[in-house]
Amino acid sequence: MIIQNDWKKYLIVFFITAALFLSAFYVTNYFYNNKIDQLKNIQDNISIDILSSETQFSLLQELSCKDVDNSILSQEINNIADKINYSEKNFATDNTDVRYLKRYYFLLEIKDYLLMKKISERCGTKNSFILYMYSPDPTCTDCVKQEYVLSTLREKYPQLRIYSFDYNLNLSAIKALISIYKIPASVPVMVIDGKNYTGFKTVEEVENIIPKLKESFKLQEMKPWEKNVQQSS
Amino acid sequence: MASIPDLIFYILIFLSVYVQVFFFVTFLENRKRIVFKNGKTELEFYPTVTIIVPCFNEEQTVSQTINSLFDLNYPKEKVKIFLIDDGSTDNTLSLMKSFEGCFNVFIFHKENGGKHTAINLGLKNVETEFIACLDADSFVHPQALVRMMKCFLENEDIMAVIPATVIHNPKNFIQSIQKIEYFGAIFTKKMLGLSNGLHVTPGTLPIYKKEVFDKLGGFRKAHNVEDGEIALRMHQHNLRIEYCHDAYVYTVPPDSLYKLYKQRLRWGYGFMKNLIDYKHLLFRPKFGALSLLTLPSGIISMFSMVLLFIFFISTFINFFIEKIVKVQAVGLNGMFHLQKFDWFYFDIRGISLILVVCSILAVFTILVGRKMVEDRFQPSFYIILYIITYTVIAPVWFLKAIYNVIVSERPNWR
Repeated sequence: MIIQNDWKKYLIVFFITAALFLSAFYVTNYFYNNKIDQLKNIQDNISIDILSSETQFSLLQELSCKDVDNSILSQEINNIADKINYSEKNFATDNTDVRYLKRYYFLLEIKDYLLMKKISERCGTKNSFILYMYSPDPTCTDCVKQEYVLSTLREKYPQLRIYSFDYNLNLSAIKALISIYKIPASVPVMVIDGKNYTGFKTVEEVENIIPKLKESFKLQEMKPWEKNVQQSS
Repeated sequence: MASIPDLIFYILIFLSVYVQVFFFVTFLENRKRIVFKNGKTELEFYPTVTIIVPCFNEEQTVSQTINSLFDLNYPKEKVKIFLIDDGSTDNTLSLMKSFEGCFNVFIFHKENGGKHTAINLGLKNVETEFIACLDADSFVHPQALVRMMKCFLENEDIMAVIPATVIHNPKNFIQSIQKIEYFGAIFTKKMLGLSNGLHVTPGTLPIYKKEVFDKLGGFRKAHNVEDGEIALRMHQHNLRIEYCHDAYVYTVPPDSLYKLYKQRLRWGYGFMKNLIDYKHLLFRPKFGALSLLTLPSGIISMFSMVLLFIFFISTFINFFIEKIVKVQAVGLNGMFHLQKFDWFYFDIRGISLILVVCSILAVFTILVGRKMVEDRFQPSFYIILYIITYTVIAPVWFLKAIYNVIVSERPNWR
């Protein structure tokens, strides 16, 4: 018996399999681009928010602090932090899109930080700030743990503004921050009220460092008439 | 740039999908040829067949096996039954003797020497043109023999025909998932049969032309998988093996995880050892689909399963570690804290999609296999349980089989 190999069939099957693979990677790429676009949109929104806040702040020179609309201050900055973090972990490490977005995000954070500080000083708003320096290197397990703590704090205290920065990223604005606050390289490091806190800190430890967090939390939990009594006293 | 392990992973997954697509295309090509015979099959001419039943400690099932042979829809005078006791230490021989005197039943007894020696004793005494072998834990459908003989009569090139092996009356979870596995195997073997790529003639009533043994000699020990070795030897001599999908033989599968592990370890070890012995058959176009598809896909599927196992285990471990770190960081609340749903975090990767396609093809394979046996295209919850269970347990026996081949440690028969 002579065996006849159906080479045409082997070839067709190869092309079908290749087409399946290409389709799968096309779909992946489509969703990936979609996510990057989503990130870009959020960043654009933040940028507009900051510009709007800056304009409002300039106007503040002529207006009283009660006209400051707290709601306009970008709340999306916390939202995007988790997404940037996720993209950094799940997309390819040498991904230029994510790297670009990360740099842009850090700059927006610094702008937001400066503006919020000015508003806080001028109007005495109850915002608290944490500058957080980390390393995306997975060997920095304390950084991973610290991120969980900060995410928990973000959810618990919406008025807490946390700005995280990749310590090793070659960005002149970050270098400037490091030099101004004399931040050591032993990440994770948190800068709270100009003071450096090195190493992992639990939720309770951070709460103890910023006592006004708990106070504001109590205020949030109070009924409106209780708030009025407290504020008038 | 993808790393080398990533590249190997993608190549193996590509080849695994290739094999599944090959079967799917073969099915589409031949779907009109795959007919199901429900009623009685009649032949113009009934050749004489000898059925050899080698037995070793099969007292639980041997009587039922022999009775199923008596019920075959085939002229009684055209069937000879050789019952061969391979030195059983239980009641098997006396049960066999209870059939002494039945028409065309011949009983042989020998010292224990392994299944291949028992069949070879039968082969020495065979005078018929066709020879079948039947394990003593299997029962034949009344139409099985006649439908298989029809295959021989329709195509003179065919030298052996194997039936569809179906799990008999599953009694527990392990047997139920094997039933699903066997449905998948029926589809796969049918496609391999159509491509002339069958690599095994299992002990559930394969029928050979006598000239196969005249040409090739008898069975060999072949690392305890003599049914795999004889198939490879037949391919080496370009002797065609056909698959008869509507000839059903029922078998009793291992009823515990440990017995299943032992059986698959023996199969995996035997397959690899025989593959080493017959490595000259690999990638040689003159040996057809066996050489280009079946044997390479056997190797690919083993390594793919092991890789998938590592992939799933590492995903699970990473998830577990992440949870532990979270608990360490923010306490038990972190463990049960669910993130707000956002499509952004829905992970869609190429490899996940490919694995979904693989799973769909696997489910299709099982459903068509079931249709071939039970004439119904009905999904079952056991399909999902089968896929999950085998993804976890199959790599264990494959890894152990690979280890045994490397250190040349032969697994026990039972």
